[in-house]
Amino acid sequence: MSVGLLWLIPMLPLLGFLALAATEGRLGERAVAVIGAGSVGLAALLAVPVTVGFFELPADTGFSQTLWVWLDVAGFRPAFTLYLDGLSLVMLWVITGVGFLIHLYATGYMSGDPGYSRFFAYMNLFVFAMLMLVLGNDLLVLYLGWEGVGLCSYLLIGFFQQDPANGYAARKAFVVTRIGDTAMALGLFLLFRELGTLEIQPLLGAATAAWPEGSATLTLAALLLLGGAVGKSAQLPLQTWLPDAMAGPTPVSALIHAATMVTAGVYLIARLHDLYLLAPVAQTAVALTGLATLFIAAFAALVQTDVKRILAYSTMSQIGYMFFALGVGAWSAAVFHLMTHAFFKALLFLSAGSLILALHHEQEVTRMGGLWRRLPWPFAGMLVGSAALAALPFTSGYFSKDAILLTAFDAPGGFWLWSVALLAALVTALYSVRLLVLVFFGQPRWQQSGREPRDRGGIAMRLPLAALSLLAIGGGWFGLSPVAAVLPDGGVGHGHGGWVMWATSATPLLGVLLGLLLFQRWGAVVARLGTSGGTRAVRRFWLSGWGFDWLYRQLIERPFVALARINRNDVVDRVFAALAGGALGVNGLLSATQTGRLRWYLANMAGGLALVLLIVLGVL
Amino acid sequence: MDLVLFYIAATVALVATVLVVTRSNAVHALIYLIVSLLAVAVIFFLLGAPFAAALEVVIYAGAIMVLFVFVVMMLNLGQRRSAPVHAWLRPRHWIGPGLLSLVLLLELTYLIFAGSGDTAGQVVGPQEVGRTLFGAYLLAVELASVLLLAALVGAYHLGRRYLRARYDEVES
Amino acid sequence: MTALSVPLSHVLALAATLFLIGLLGVLIRRNLIFLLMSLEIMLNAAGLAFIGAGARWGTADGQIMYMLILALAAAEVAVGLGLLLQLERRLGTLDVDAASELKG
Repeated sequence: MSVGLLWLIPMLPLLGFLALAATEGRLGERAVAVIGAGSVGLAALLAVPVTVGFFELPADTGFSQTLWVWLDVAGFRPAFTLYLDGLSLVMLWVITGVGFLIHLYATGYMSGDPGYSRFFAYMNLFVFAMLMLVLGNDLLVLYLGWEGVGLCSYLLIGFFQQDPANGYAARKAFVVTRIGDTAMALGLFLLFRELGTLEIQPLLGAATAAWPEGSATLTLAALLLLGGAVGKSAQLPLQTWLPDAMAGPTPVSALIHAATMVTAGVYLIARLHDLYLLAPVAQTAVALTGLATLFIAAFAALVQTDVKRILAYSTMSQIGYMFFALGVGAWSAAVFHLMTHAFFKALLFLSAGSLILALHHEQEVTRMGGLWRRLPWPFAGMLVGSAALAALPFTSGYFSKDAILLTAFDAPGGFWLWSVALLAALVTALYSVRLLVLVFFGQPRWQQSGREPRDRGGIAMRLPLAALSLLAIGGGWFGLSPVAAVLPDGGVGHGHGGWVMWATSATPLLGVLLGLLLFQRWGAVVARLGTSGGTRAVRRFWLSGWGFDWLYRQLIERPFVALARINRNDVVDRVFAALAGGALGVNGLLSATQTGRLRWYLANMAGGLALVLLIVLGVL
Repeated sequence: MDLVLFYIAATVALVATVLVVTRSNAVHALIYLIVSLLAVAVIFFLLGAPFAAALEVVIYAGAIMVLFVFVVMMLNLGQRRSAPVHAWLRPRHWIGPGLLSLVLLLELTYLIFAGSGDTAGQVVGPQEVGRTLFGAYLLAVELASVLLLAALVGAYHLGRRYLRARYDEVES
Repeated sequence: MTALSVPLSHVLALAATLFLIGLLGVLIRRNLIFLLMSLEIMLNAAGLAFIGAGARWGTADGQIMYMLILALAAAEVAVGLGLLLQLERRLGTLDVDAASELKG
């Protein structure tokens, strides 16, 4: 049966990785591109028969395919089983589909880089790990994928090895997500200890049976897993790594830090929704985390000057929307937003990549401007992407974000939740317009550098932009029926009439108008506002991502470094050094007995004789 | 009564030995040593070992001590060079070794007086000694002679360079 | 003439005392000549012990043992004095403490 081809989908990128790793850069660029992008493309292609076959199965069933048993120890028997249901099917399409488009783009973007083969090897490994994450039927396999994507993220952020700052950013990402990973591991331990299994379906069943709603152990486990999700998805309080992760190549930012890895947290919570339904405290925590993040990140994005950082904070904010949605019970809406966000954010990043390449690696918006005519492709891509981001009516982003906001309104305390999220949506529109205005309109500030912008994109780079543009606009019409079978809220609800819906739909338009006013018409005024007095302080505060880096430096880094400095001479090492010192001391003592003088030796012999006689006589 | 002879000879031996160890003049010490050896020879005689007594006098006191005297003469260790020797004989240097020797003395005397028995009270003459020596202890005799040969060669070798050097010194 | 019947313990006590006086001399005297002399005293004392033991049983073995010790003492003195001369030549002194190159 064609759905049985499921196992090939993760295996193809893995083979791609192995092939590229084994050849270690000896292949030419074309061969590498074929293997690297081709493996993911083939996987995407195979998703078609798999999907068709899946829909032929009776409804509401998942498809399991066991590859082999990982361990078999004392009844603990995790297996590499691939599980396909509506949720993982959607994720599969996002990863392979958008992934393939990004790989294709990267074949053009990374052309000429000496690490070309290494890049695609890492990217393929990433796709494999991400697929294992979403297809795994066992939380242990999920964790394997989880760690795998973390590793690839580290490798790819620090891809341009020559600059130590990139290594720092990579380490920062790794360490911060590690904190989340540790929380997640603790959560897994807790679940295993209480329920005896980590297989997802049996686990959810056992949890529902074993624990009453609101039980403390369950809430703890759910909160720990939330910790892991927060780290991987760059939400408060573990969000500080994402802006710095922009040091990686733009395709990496598109794939890992927009479309897939950062959405792994959303997937985790959606997958384990039963647990969260049983632990309302944890679910509220999810909502509040998402709400806080989306709010903070939106304002931070408003004042950034680096194109990629604007997009990074935007990603943070949008994932905040997804968490928010999960928290208020809009499960399907969250996954729907995940999908649409993958489309338009990847589009935005890839367009930004073309923009950056055209401007000879310039990333500061303050040195751009008036480029809409010279760089049509990046302009079109960013225009479409921004429209979807701002959730202008009938774009894909509109459908998904409005679903979230409308569901939020119906939740307890919904009015306030809705209004905060709506305000952030307004700001989203604002910063989207700001980005477009500063880059593509206005004074051609790029002329100061004296270099001509040249749109250097072959078909490899333009085709993905076109495809993603289509998806960003039209993707909203899919709805997400497969997901409805899995998630408890029965699909994305479109039904909510009244003034709420009008307000929600109109806000982005309002935001666009406001943005045009502020940044196009009164641009100079606003710019001056940002350089004087109180507003300058506010601006700098937002620019630094609400001061989290500073906070962590004071709270964690400084004390830790101070402690390490105190222990500079390593207490434990001292113990061993003391042993050596002791041995040397004894050596010194014994050497002192070797005076070289004959009479001393004779006296010792006589003394020994006396001692022996004393022993013989029984005195000693 | 005859036992008294033994005790007198023993006293002489002890006193003479103590004096050997405490003299600063090498020649004086040697003389006292010879006296001690003669006293011990008398004791041998009293114990019924006349051959051993004779050997003691002839070889020990007569040859070995003479060897010492030769060396002392060669090195001119007379009165002139005894001053530094005296300096090394401070009383406080005697404390440690003295203590050690005292301990050993106590132990040995305890062990000795734990045993019993008198000497046999018969003379074992040279004939008897000779028979036993070349009978049961023949191998020992051979070995002793080899030892003496080795000592002869060694002494010759060690002394030759010294004499050669002194000869050159005196001649030039 | 008959020999005396001396208590063996007395003879051995005398031997032990002479031995220890010799030991004292070896430990205290720094001049090599005196050291060798004290060594001779110790050897002699050992010989006395053997003669006493031989007299205890009335056999010739004690005297034979004594003769071997005598031969040994002679050999030792010959070589020892040769070494003494060499030492005096090289170090310029007869102080045994000066020959401590094996220190440490």
